[in-house]
Amino acid sequence: MKIPLIRYFVAAALFVPLAAFGQKNSCLDCHARLEDELKAPAAAFPGDIHAQYGLGCEDCHGGDPSQDDVDRAKDKSFKGSPKRAQVPQFCGGCHADASAMRAYNPALRTDQLNQYWTSRHGQLLKTGDTKAAVCTDCHGVHGIQSAKYPKSQTFPWNIPQTCGRCHADKDLMAGYKVPTDQLEDYRESVHARALFEKKDLSAPVCNDCHGNHGAFPPSVTSVASVCRQCHPSTGELFTKSPHKKAFDDLGAGECEACHGNHKILAPSTAMIGTDDRAVCTQCHDKGSRGFEKAAEFRRQLDGFETGFRAAEDLLVEAKKKGVEVSDAEYRLGDVSTLLVSAKNLTHGLDEAEIAKAVNDGEQSLAAVKAAAVKALDEARFRRRGLAVVTAILALFGLALALKVRAMARARRGEGSPGSPGPEPS
Amino acid sequence: MKRRSVIDIFLGGSLAATIAAFLYPVIRYILPVKTTGATQTSVTAAQAGELPPNAAKVFKFGSAPAVLVNTAEGTLVALSAVCTHLTCTVRYDGDTGTLFCPCHNGRFDLAGNVLSGPPPRPLETYHVEVSGADIIVSRKS
Amino acid sequence: MAKSIGPNIWKFLDERFMLSDLVAFGKKKTVPEHRRSFWYFFGGICLFLTGIQVATGVLLLLYYTPSVDAAHESVQFIMSEVKFGWLIRSVHSWTANLLIGLLFVHMFSTFFLKAYRKPRELTWITGFILLVLFMAFGFSGYLLPWNELSYFATRVGTDIAGSLPLIGPWLKSVILGGPEVSQATLSRFFWFHVALLPLAALILIGLHVLLVQTLGMSKPIGEKGKKEIPFFPDFLYKDALGWTVILVLIGVLCVFMPWEIGTKADPLAPTPLGIKPEWYFTFMFSTLKLVPAHILSLEGEKLAILAFMAGGLLWLLVPFLDRRAGREERSPLFTWIGAALAAYIVTMTVLTYTLPKL
Repeated sequence: MKIPLIRYFVAAALFVPLAAFGQKNSCLDCHARLEDELKAPAAAFPGDIHAQYGLGCEDCHGGDPSQDDVDRAKDKSFKGSPKRAQVPQFCGGCHADASAMRAYNPALRTDQLNQYWTSRHGQLLKTGDTKAAVCTDCHGVHGIQSAKYPKSQTFPWNIPQTCGRCHADKDLMAGYKVPTDQLEDYRESVHARALFEKKDLSAPVCNDCHGNHGAFPPSVTSVASVCRQCHPSTGELFTKSPHKKAFDDLGAGECEACHGNHKILAPSTAMIGTDDRAVCTQCHDKGSRGFEKAAEFRRQLDGFETGFRAAEDLLVEAKKKGVEVSDAEYRLGDVSTLLVSAKNLTHGLDEAEIAKAVNDGEQSLAAVKAAAVKALDEARFRRRGLAVVTAILALFGLALALKVRAMARARRGEGSPGSPGPEPS
Repeated sequence: MKRRSVIDIFLGGSLAATIAAFLYPVIRYILPVKTTGATQTSVTAAQAGELPPNAAKVFKFGSAPAVLVNTAEGTLVALSAVCTHLTCTVRYDGDTGTLFCPCHNGRFDLAGNVLSGPPPRPLETYHVEVSGADIIVSRKS
Repeated sequence: MAKSIGPNIWKFLDERFMLSDLVAFGKKKTVPEHRRSFWYFFGGICLFLTGIQVATGVLLLLYYTPSVDAAHESVQFIMSEVKFGWLIRSVHSWTANLLIGLLFVHMFSTFFLKAYRKPRELTWITGFILLVLFMAFGFSGYLLPWNELSYFATRVGTDIAGSLPLIGPWLKSVILGGPEVSQATLSRFFWFHVALLPLAALILIGLHVLLVQTLGMSKPIGEKGKKEIPFFPDFLYKDALGWTVILVLIGVLCVFMPWEIGTKADPLAPTPLGIKPEWYFTFMFSTLKLVPAHILSLEGEKLAILAFMAGGLLWLLVPFLDRRAGREERSPLFTWIGAALAAYIVTMTVLTYTLPKL
């Protein structure tokens, strides 16, 4: 019979738009019509990474999203929102289950929950302190984005803010024996400048040194290993130096003792030496061998650096005067590398090595300085040449002007071709 | 009459001086230049046999450093030596057969790919050709 | 003996080149002198600067390489290694800009003096075509150093050509030698700049100067004075004085503000913010930027381009449109039109550099 067939077609056709637009979701539909905190999940969820994997409200909260009636929707399977203390297990329900996660993203790690329990946050939470951070504090909830995307709360340049929301809050952190100036200090550091100004995503943020899920302040002895991740040559030099044993005996954190931990500023030769700004005098008293060596290293580096800045200034001046100096600039770049490497060598405290580096650098610098001087000579030559040519042209112009005037006078006297006759002068 | 001829001499003389002042730079311009590498599209980086296997040499290519590597297997590769992180000059690490940047521990393979560390982009690779006794490095077109 | 060498050479050449006849003809050439005859110098200045461009251009050809791998490097080489290379190149770049500016002055001065009126219509027409040719010289030459600014300015400029209705895409690919700015474009622009345009300019300058010779200088309408000065040598000496002053100006500019080399073009890099064509195109460029997106359901930009072309055509045909001038009557309407156009060009050019959002 034709009619039932057509009915099937019509019914199927009616379902097509539903299939195209996805399942009915009464949770989102209702919550979108509510206000403030009840509306927020519905507004944020479409951008959530879980939504992109095809998950819905019911996959975490239970309930039946196909039901319009709120009591029917919140059926027996409905779990509601977990309390803070239960959040880690709530998320871990999937994220700590390797076979469950394999269905969605096989490459994603599943040890975050385990790591979390080793962290300070996890330990505090176990004791019943619900002020401690849980998953949603860092990752957000309902609008969670992959940490690879810039809007994610765990994207590198958002992490200081995310951690700072608690750790820079004096009132919240009262009672824990932890300072609250880390964020402020970090923002002044060279790492923060690299991250926020140069947009260098490889610059370290809180989790690079503290860990993220297993976050814990590094112990005094492990700070240095953390720094060595990006600064291995400096670390090697330090390990070979007499400071290593001395610091270990003192129980002092290696890099941290001189460079700080959060407010790590760009190092300069001012850190070495015997004046107030130098770090050496923290331990080495006047007259000691260390004191003498510090003064010597500073003297050598200062000499090299002053020479470098002088050569740089000369090149800038020549360039401003219009002379092409890209070759000299290239060689200056090499000398700059030598200067940085000489400064780096101070971590090794090897007199001979440092002296050789400074010496090599100063020799290369001599070549650059010669090129800069040559460039300035060229600038002078050009200006002199211009003066000479301008003088010649001025004379020529004067000769022309005189000739023109003389001819005009002569013509006025004789009567020039085409003029009506001699004019009264 | 006499005054006119003085002016004429003045005019002729200054004209000659002007012409000379303009001819001098033009002639010096046309005479060949004594320096190397008119156009830095290709450079003789080294002599054949200069580099033993598993060794490298940094040389100037254009206005930036480049590195020529003679791999352990004996093939020659050339890449830009400017680290894509903060422009330090990379160096060859014979132990691992990688290019290593001493500034922040960036590491690249000999195809320029970033293996580890902060560099965000791979190193540019160049074309290497052995022509007689010269090893010539040029940009890939 | 020595005293007769000169006259002997003269006699030798005269018998073969008919020099005496030429000299006699030259002696008869006169130039009117009146309140406005100062403006007569501008044509000669433009010719002089063109000569400088040809000379420096020929010299630059000695060391320049029109290949994307070598163009920028060869300019770098000229600026740093070649003796006086910095001078030759900077003269060429600065003179190009001065020349185009002075061409506009020359055009407007002849316009306001109504020098285009009968019988000098063809002088005007060849002149306007020459202006267009020289702007093409500027556009093609600007790409040759293959630096960031020139690459993107070329892209923006040809995009505008490409947006013309009907012929746009075809025109753009003919200009670029392909779908985008590439080696083909560099080769093509080089060909335009050193072969095609010079040939066209030679022919048109030849016609233009020939017409000035046959027709003499135009006098302002109603100028009754009959004072004339000989061209050889009086006017020529005055010309030379002006040329000397310009040379000093060019010298100062080149020593104190040598033309920059820029960074090598990287087609993969994003377009730099605020990219603009050279200043002599900016009045059109800024107009296109300020025009609303749609005017009466037609695309604003396309309408503006068509308006420019129509305007150009009308400007070209001014000698035939200005009837009053043709009858040697004062023609204030056209004077006002010219003043409005000049004001518009100056305003839009200044706005390009003063308005931050442009």
